[in-house]
Amino acid sequence: MAEAVLRVQAAGPHVTVQDGGRMGWQRFGVTESGPMDRVAALLANLAVRNRGDAPLIEVSLGGLTLDCEAGAVSIAIAGGGFIVTLDGARLGSWQVLTLRAGQRLTIRPGPWGSWTCLAFAGTLEAPEWLGSRATHGLSGLGGGRIVPGRVLRIGTPRMLPDRAIPCPVWARPRRILHATLGPQDRHFAPEAIDALREGTFRLTSAYDRMGVRLSGPALPLAGALSIPSEPVLRGSVQVAGDGVATVLLADHQTTGGYPKIATVVSPDLDGFVQCRSGQVVRFDLIAPEAAVAMARRRAQALAGVVARLRQGQTDPAQTGDDDHRP
Amino acid sequence: MTGFPRLIPVADRAILVEFATVLDDAAHAAVLGLDRALQADPAPGQRELIPAYVSLLIGFDPLVTDHAAVRAHAERLLARPADPAPQAALRQVQVCYDGDLAPDLPEVAARTGLTPEQVIAAHLSGDYRVYMYGFAPGYAYLGGVPPAIRLDRKPSPLRDIPAGSVIIAGPQCIVTTLTMPTGWWIIGRSPTPILDAGAARPFLFDVGDRVQFRRIDRAAWQAAHG
Repeated sequence: MAEAVLRVQAAGPHVTVQDGGRMGWQRFGVTESGPMDRVAALLANLAVRNRGDAPLIEVSLGGLTLDCEAGAVSIAIAGGGFIVTLDGARLGSWQVLTLRAGQRLTIRPGPWGSWTCLAFAGTLEAPEWLGSRATHGLSGLGGGRIVPGRVLRIGTPRMLPDRAIPCPVWARPRRILHATLGPQDRHFAPEAIDALREGTFRLTSAYDRMGVRLSGPALPLAGALSIPSEPVLRGSVQVAGDGVATVLLADHQTTGGYPKIATVVSPDLDGFVQCRSGQVVRFDLIAPEAAVAMARRRAQALAGVVARLRQGQTDPAQTGDDDHRP
Repeated sequence: MTGFPRLIPVADRAILVEFATVLDDAAHAAVLGLDRALQADPAPGQRELIPAYVSLLIGFDPLVTDHAAVRAHAERLLARPADPAPQAALRQVQVCYDGDLAPDLPEVAARTGLTPEQVIAAHLSGDYRVYMYGFAPGYAYLGGVPPAIRLDRKPSPLRDIPAGSVIIAGPQCIVTTLTMPTGWWIIGRSPTPILDAGAARPFLFDVGDRVQFRRIDRAAWQAAHG
């Protein structure tokens, strides 16, 4: 069979095609997009022997139901602790399994996590825009949203043995966010910096791929101001005039006119996005040198997980959590 | 500009170079100068340059380099005498100011005390510059709206404004590329493609380009719009 054909029976909001992201266009106003949890996406793709940045489906808490109408294809699910069933039988949430014609796959929210990735052993056919199949959130361009009725075609599908995928400890929800101060911290009153350092913040329900608004101590600006828009990053902690902080995420705008009090380091973002509305986080402000060191330790730890995945070891990884200490 | 430029480390993967904290033409020219210099002579591990009004973000790969190395590279380039700015490219954008394509033209005229024809003439007389992109793909912020037709944005945005709308607020003008809400004043419609994803060069403007609007009539808009 040259392809497998799947039909979307049900899909919640914010279920989209993603790939490694649309890099290099931010100077033209195009954000990178890509998976919210990039570690999960990488491991899902590698588990079915795809390139790490191959297109896949990112599933939100809205869940997904797919029917396999023709052919067969192995799939990998990684990210969060979602409930996965195949024809009603429950399977592990970090898992390689095979979907055959006539079978129904469901993915719905489980005990933890906000996003999971569904990779296919083969080529998920999806429209490309500006060199990437990641869905651009604002426009829906690229691979696009997954909506009921959409037919998904998997080119050159492959079959692989069922197996578990190791879930690194640091792929779990991260409650301590390491961040560097600024770049616009000078616009804040000193008590705002103290509040950021010492306070606890709760994720609100205003949470999507663009960002998540936090509730917590007010972060007052030093005065009424309007700053010229400056470039922002995934992880920017932007504070609006009302003193409320938003952490910008995968589909953030490329520039913003609100001051950024801090920026979360990239190794903490994949775990952070797996927090849910209502959960509490804290900020730990670190030096830029420590942030770079964390990124390098994380890359090493990830390389270890990838090596074990490639050797086919299926024990859940006990990777240790030392890499998050600056 | 004492204390500027400021090179601020950001997280594990960027340096933000700020040339001013308020809108300033000299600072914007400095942004463009460093942007050009880093394109010609990138820092090792440099991933991306994002220019804005008075700041430039230099993104880098933390597995290859770090803030100190990128900062040192940028400071070397900043210390060099700046190359003379190249002649800015002049981009022509067609605009039709007719009827339903320019729904806010009467209101802009009423608020500025001009006739609609005078508003159009003022808009056409502007010498526009691409300051930055932001908000959405291809949304180029053009500075240079003449003072006579500068208005604050509307109190609340209107939804589903078609792509190609020519919108103004304060000194700024945008030719939209997507159907989006806007609280700016819609004074015309352009058939000139600003974003063509299939093209080798998908975006019409580079930051720093000059832009001139040219008036077309309804028939020309129809013909170009297809």
